[in-house]
Amino acid sequence: MFTTLLGEHFVHTALLAGAVVAIVSGAIGVFVVMRGLSFAVHAISELGFTGATGALVIGLNPVAGMIGGSLAIGATLGVLSLRGRERDSAIGAVLAFGLGLGVLFLSLYQGYATAATNILFGSIVGVDDAQLGVLAAVAALVLIALAVLYRPLYFAAIDPEVAAARRVPVRMLSVAIFLLVALTTAEAIQVVGVLLVLTLVITPAAAAQRLTVRPGLTLLLSIGIALVSTEGGILLSLAKAWPTSFFISSISFAFYVAARIASYARSRG
Amino acid sequence: MTQPVITVEGLGLRFGDRELLRDLTFEIQRGEFLAVLGPNGAGKTSLLRILLGQLESSSGRVVLDRSRIGYVPQQRVFDRDLPLRGRDLVRFGLDGNRWGVGRLSASDRRRIDDVIASVGAAALADAPLGLLSGGEQQRLRVAQALVSDPSVLLADEPLLSLDLAYQQVIVRLLDERRRSAGTPVVFVTHDVNPILDVVDRVLYLGPDGWAIGSVDDVLNTETLSRLYGIDVDVLRVRGRVVVVGTPDAEHVHHVH
Repeated sequence: MFTTLLGEHFVHTALLAGAVVAIVSGAIGVFVVMRGLSFAVHAISELGFTGATGALVIGLNPVAGMIGGSLAIGATLGVLSLRGRERDSAIGAVLAFGLGLGVLFLSLYQGYATAATNILFGSIVGVDDAQLGVLAAVAALVLIALAVLYRPLYFAAIDPEVAAARRVPVRMLSVAIFLLVALTTAEAIQVVGVLLVLTLVITPAAAAQRLTVRPGLTLLLSIGIALVSTEGGILLSLAKAWPTSFFISSISFAFYVAARIASYARSRG
Repeated sequence: MTQPVITVEGLGLRFGDRELLRDLTFEIQRGEFLAVLGPNGAGKTSLLRILLGQLESSSGRVVLDRSRIGYVPQQRVFDRDLPLRGRDLVRFGLDGNRWGVGRLSASDRRRIDDVIASVGAAALADAPLGLLSGGEQQRLRVAQALVSDPSVLLADEPLLSLDLAYQQVIVRLLDERRRSAGTPVVFVTHDVNPILDVVDRVLYLGPDGWAIGSVDDVLNTETLSRLYGIDVDVLRVRGRVVVVGTPDAEHVHHVH
């Protein structure tokens, strides 16, 4: 059964899509964790759900609605550039309202419930060639933008005051990172679903940061952990018919726990 | 007279009905070492932020080329789990403002190593930044400002949490920089004593006005009494300046 599945075209597509999303999620995750934006990612992801269900109600493509929803909240958070507690509570308030809207849209939607379930929990094996093309194009866009912005983005994330003094456009970068996070989130939703985006965008980067303090290596490790989790999760779900998202989140969490144990052991010398 | 590096003209700053700066006017020449003194809340940091272009003044103007400012901000300790080494922080000063991923050339690497060594932090270069003490982080910040080949150095309490020996190291480095490269230094501090030997002029921001001039012109009983609007005594004890009688005890120029 497992080996037969490995020969199937849809499995190859799923593995490729998983790899594309893992690379971009692992990369952006490093900046998300450094800026303390985990909660913002969660909100962007849930607003993606609202966008998707809204699109379903009016008969549009749910993926387009999802990207629209994520980008809208991402741009808003970036422009407001709130800090600390204020950002935390503002995100909480917007997130709750967005989810309320999503619930309304879901109840209005008369169609096939699977569409909504897929948005919430992911449907990697449902990705077709056209979707894979879009995923790859968006991922390339995000990666190119990250490469171009790399040094100022790091500088502004860690040392915004001095970065501003060196004429780094700190505010523009804050908007840019939110837009890139929104695009990445919309990608990750298609693999692991709204509720599990953090497993690709946060967990690998958080684990990587426990393992090294070298910025370049952190990025590579984060991408590596996201890749192994995603591909491993897809393969395991072929062997045992449990949800792919469960396997992906389990593997990435195992990395996180192992990384914490390793860093604890090291700090105790 | 050569062109001043920084020109401040009729600068005013008010927050609501609180007036911090009023008609502040001075120039800073190439290679000059200016200390900015005054009680907490007198506007020292605000003045720096205006010079940096991060705060709008209410009136007046500032002329200065902001393309190569070396800035040592007031100490803010980094998170313990920040995935960054000491040398990465210093590197920001060199190329953190350039686009792209970037690779360091061998000479860049040497330059970073040299400046880290000059602040006595060679042993800390590869340690996680968040695990260093406040004083150690502060030395790396000075290295970060120096590595950028600045045309102006602005420092906000850069000696905070440094012991006496490292205070001298940092002061000597800034002094060297302004002598060899002509980089003027604007040095905000609550204690003038560690820089008494190198400072050219003092800008004192008091509750009742400001004064600028040599140490002796400004830090005397008459001038400070005028700036505080009450009787203040300025004493010289074993070559150190001690101010007695200001309402804000914290700002007294301590004898350490």
